[in-house]
This record gives sequence, C-alpha cells and structure tokens, in this order.
Amino acid sequence: MTVEMVTAPRARRQLSVQELEEQARQIRVSIIKMLAIAKSGHSAGPLGMAEILTVLYFAAMRHDPADPEWSERDTFFLSNGHTAPVLYAALAHSGYFPVEELSTLRQLGSRLQGHPERTALPGLENTSGPLGSGLSQAAGYAYATQVIDHQLDRFTFVCMGDGELNEGNIWEAAMFAAKYKLGRLIGIVDRNYIQIDGLTEDVMPLDDLRAKWESFGWHVLEVDGNNVSELLGAINQSKAVAQKPSVILAYTIPGKGVPFMEYDYKWHGKPPSARQAEVALGSLQPLEAELLRAEVEA
Amino acid sequence: MSGGFPIAPGWQSALSEPLRAGFGRGLLEAGRRDPRVVALCADLTESTMMNTFADEFPARFIEVGIAEQNLVTVASGLARAGKIPFTSSYAAFSPGRNWEQIKTTAALNDMPVKVVGSHTGVNVGPDGATHQMLEDLALMRVMPNMVVIAPADSVEAEKATLAIAENGKPSYLRLARDATPVFTTVDSPFEVGRAYVLREGKDVTLIGTGTMTFELLVATEFLAAQGIDAELVHAPTLKPFDEETVLESVAKTGLAVTAEEAQIAGGLGGVVAELLTAKLPRFLLRLGIEDRYGESGAPRQMLEHFGLTGEHLAGRVGEFVRSRHAAVRA
Repeated sequence: MTVEMVTAPRARRQLSVQELEEQARQIRVSIIKMLAIAKSGHSAGPLGMAEILTVLYFAAMRHDPADPEWSERDTFFLSNGHTAPVLYAALAHSGYFPVEELSTLRQLGSRLQGHPERTALPGLENTSGPLGSGLSQAAGYAYATQVIDHQLDRFTFVCMGDGELNEGNIWEAAMFAAKYKLGRLIGIVDRNYIQIDGLTEDVMPLDDLRAKWESFGWHVLEVDGNNVSELLGAINQSKAVAQKPSVILAYTIPGKGVPFMEYDYKWHGKPPSARQAEVALGSLQPLEAELLRAEVEA
Repeated sequence: MSGGFPIAPGWQSALSEPLRAGFGRGLLEAGRRDPRVVALCADLTESTMMNTFADEFPARFIEVGIAEQNLVTVASGLARAGKIPFTSSYAAFSPGRNWEQIKTTAALNDMPVKVVGSHTGVNVGPDGATHQMLEDLALMRVMPNMVVIAPADSVEAEKATLAIAENGKPSYLRLARDATPVFTTVDSPFEVGRAYVLREGKDVTLIGTGTMTFELLVATEFLAAQGIDAELVHAPTLKPFDEETVLESVAKTGLAVTAEEAQIAGGLGGVVAELLTAKLPRFLLRLGIEDRYGESGAPRQMLEHFGLTGEHLAGRVGEFVRSRHAAVRA
C-alpha cells in the first residue's frame, strides 16, 4: 500500500473537506489492516477517532514530519494510549515513517509499541497507556511554552477518551490548566459513550460533561467528531480563546466506518479476525469508488 | 578516617540541620545556574523548602495544589518542552501515591523529572505511620531509568540537588524532616553512583545510606570500644549502585551490615543482599525497619524505639560479628 504525501511540511497545502474525508478513510483502512496483522489491539476507538487525527495532522497543526522535534511545532499528546493505531496511521500517512511500517504494530522489535512509547518512535510527544495522565502532560507542555517561554503561537493538543474521564488525574489537570489560563491548550474528548465494561453512563456516568468542564473553568465546544468541517471549525474557535483552555467534546461513533463494529462496546479492545478484516475493508472501499465517480463527473 | 572523604572536625557534636534545608539551597543555586530549572509543589512549599526558589523565580515556580498525580505528570510535560522540573511533596504522597505516573510518564518516558520526597523515615515523628515513608527506596529502585539518592546530611543534599539538576535523568531524592547532624563538609566528594569509605576497618563492613550513615559512624566508636574494627561505607546513591566499592570492602572484612531508615526489604538491604548473593556470598545483617509500620513519637525517641541510634546499631552489629566469629571457630 503506498500513499502519496499530502502535506508539505511547514507550508501545508490546504486540503479540501473531501480530501480530508478521503484521508480519514485511508487511515481507517490502515487501522483495519494493522490490527488484523497484529491479531491484537483496540478497534472501536481508533476507527471512531480517524477524523480527529486527520484534522489535527492534515489541517490544524503546524508540524514537520521531516523534523519531528521542530522547535516551533504544535504538539499532540495522546492520553488514551490504547488508541495508538489511529495515531500511528496519522503519523505514517503524514510522512513521519513509511506506511508499510504500520504492519509491524505490536511485534517484537517494532517502533510501534502496543501503547505509544515516546522513546521508540520519533513524532510521539509522550508515553501513554495507563489512563488519565495525558492532559497533565499536555498542560505541563503548554505551561512551558505559553507561560514560561511566551511562545504564544504554539498550540498543544491532547486527545482523551471519555471513559478515561473516570480518572481523578484528569480533573486535577483540568483545575491546573484553568488556574494558569492555558489558552494554548486544546483538549479533545472522544465522546463515544463506550468503555471496556459497557456504556459509559452505566459504568460510571459522565454527563453532564459540558457542565463539568465549564464548572472547571474551560471553554467547551461540542461537535460531531466524525465531521471534519465541524472539528476544524471548533479547533479554530478554540485557538481564539486566549484566557481559558478549551475542550472539544467530539461525539463519535465507535467503530465508525465498519458497520458490524459501530456502536458495539465489545469492539473496544479486540481486533478483527482475517475474515472480519476482509468484510471491514469491503465496507470501507465503496467510498473510494464513490469518490472516484465524483472526481470523474466533476 | 579515610583521607578521601573529609568529615567535619568534631563531628560527634556536629550541628544539626534538616536535609530539606540543603535541598532548598541546592535548588535555588540550580535555578540561578540554569534557567531551564523549574519547581513544582503540591501545597507543601515551605515544608519542602522550595520557598526560596519560589520567591526568586515566581514564573518558574508552579503550585499544583494537593494533587500528586498531576504534580509529576505536569512535570513530565514541562520536561518534554525542555525544562528541568523538580517536584516536591512528602514522600508518603510522592512517590507514595503517584508511583504509576512516575513510572509511565517520567521513567519509561525517560524524562528528567526530579521527584523529591521529604519526610521519609520514622524521624518524621509525631505525625505517625501514615506520614512516615519507609517504602520509597524499594519503590523507586525497582524502576528502570530511575536514579535514586538518599543523602546523609544537608550539605550532601545540596550537592545531590545540584548533581541531579544536571544528570538529564529521572531522579529520586530522599529527604527527611527532622534536623540531623551535619558531618560531611563542602569538600567531601559527592558523585552520583559513587559510594565512599568513611572509615577503614578490618572486621566488618558497615554500609549506610541517608541519615543512617551518621548513626553508623557513631556506632563505629561503640564497636571500637568492644574491640571491633569496623569499616564504614557511605552509599548515598542506591541506583546506580557502586558495586565495586562495596565488594572490595566486603571481600576484605568478610561480613556486611546495612542500615537504612526504611524497610529493609527492597531498600539498601535489598541492594546489598542481591549484590552479595550474586557476586560475593557473605553473611549480611540488614538493619532498618523490619516489615512493620511506624508510629507516633518524638523523632529521637522513634530512632531508639526502632533500634536505629548509633548505640543500638552497635549492639546489633557487635552480636552479629561475635556470633559469626564463634560460628567460624566452632
């Protein structure tokens, strides 16, 4: 599988909504393939987050795949580390490493560890997996760049799962970021309503999430997390909020794009079998045909 | 006394100062030397003596409130952005409460986060068992990438603080609340990963860390009066451990004793037991807290209660040496 580089580092060509949607689809195809080859890993979350990672790595963030440590980059911290496949796919498709390497996921000696390990792979900002710590790490980074170094044009993004909001560490970080007015910190919650033991509202109710974050002093936006236009709009609005950290509650469909996985919490922590992967890829391919048709007609 | 490690003249009646005071001075100096040094505290700023740094560098001092998990994970993010973060709290809470966050976001992540744990050992005194951290050495030593240091006094704590500001590694610095005798000098050597022979002897090797080194120094005089010539090794760094210095000494004396104000399981006693078992099987007596929790009492009273004063230690060591010699003769 080869994918054309669609970003030009530091001077990115602006992608159309359709191109971003196509990018998200390609990321989903990669996720299914890597999970089927690895025979372990998480399916639902990564599939649901494809648009979020696409918008970040192909539209919203200033970054340079050829220079992962670029001192002026925007940074992305993954807090729900079990969704590593979607991050790896976004990194590979945006040019950090060859897309072919995705097939090494979870194998001995691979840079693509089951949960992200910063020291293993350039482009990662943090090591994560145990839930609840990513928001703090991002907040620390944002404090350094915004408050100490006054690099006000650098933004720090962090993606959290909704289930991980059960963790107390998240709310410690939420108070911290509000206290220090970390306006350059933008959180995104993958609000898919599932966690391992079932529905989030059954395991440990989270709603009213907007009210919770607002009462902690955050600027809150709510979007369809599988809609690239809405995501991009929310990120742009968040960037304009200087005196408060922002959080985007991104409502996503777990397993999005693969009908037999969608909305089913049992797909939180397991990979598709080879046969299921074939069916899944079959569901993801028609889009390609559709896009081709649209292109021809245009 | 070994010429290599100057000890303060008249050390027997040395003035006392808490280790954390040395940390406070070291942190301030580290902050002056390097603008990347930042400090974070969890509502114990004066108690852990970060206040002088906070006064001089307000923008580089971060108060996180009573939130130890956030304390070290925010530090991890600061380190990712190129800062050198020192975090402080009571050791019972950090690393007591936030061990996993330290492991994942500092140690495995290989970020130079400095975890400074004050109020270790039973000398915390009246606050009782909940606040007397005795498990920290074992907890921190087991983490790959982590540097673990337990300075002997405030002068050494200051040197250790400056050293870990520059070592580029996740590091744990063990401090104590109570004022303890200052017996090292500004000229005493300190290097991360080195142990030092403070007194040469031929009958038994005493290995101390943290505040127990002073008590062992006192013990050597009691032992001399019993006709036992003890060698004293001070091991402020538990990880990486100076195996060579300890092995050389134990090879000479044939007997080893460790002393620490911590659980003997996994701490210094654990280090030396593992080392000798693998490389130089010799009898070892581990002194410290023996699988129990602390309790309330005055600091000095606590050391007596747990048998950790120089005089008590000498009693245990004397019995040990005599019983081994008797066994050899029999």
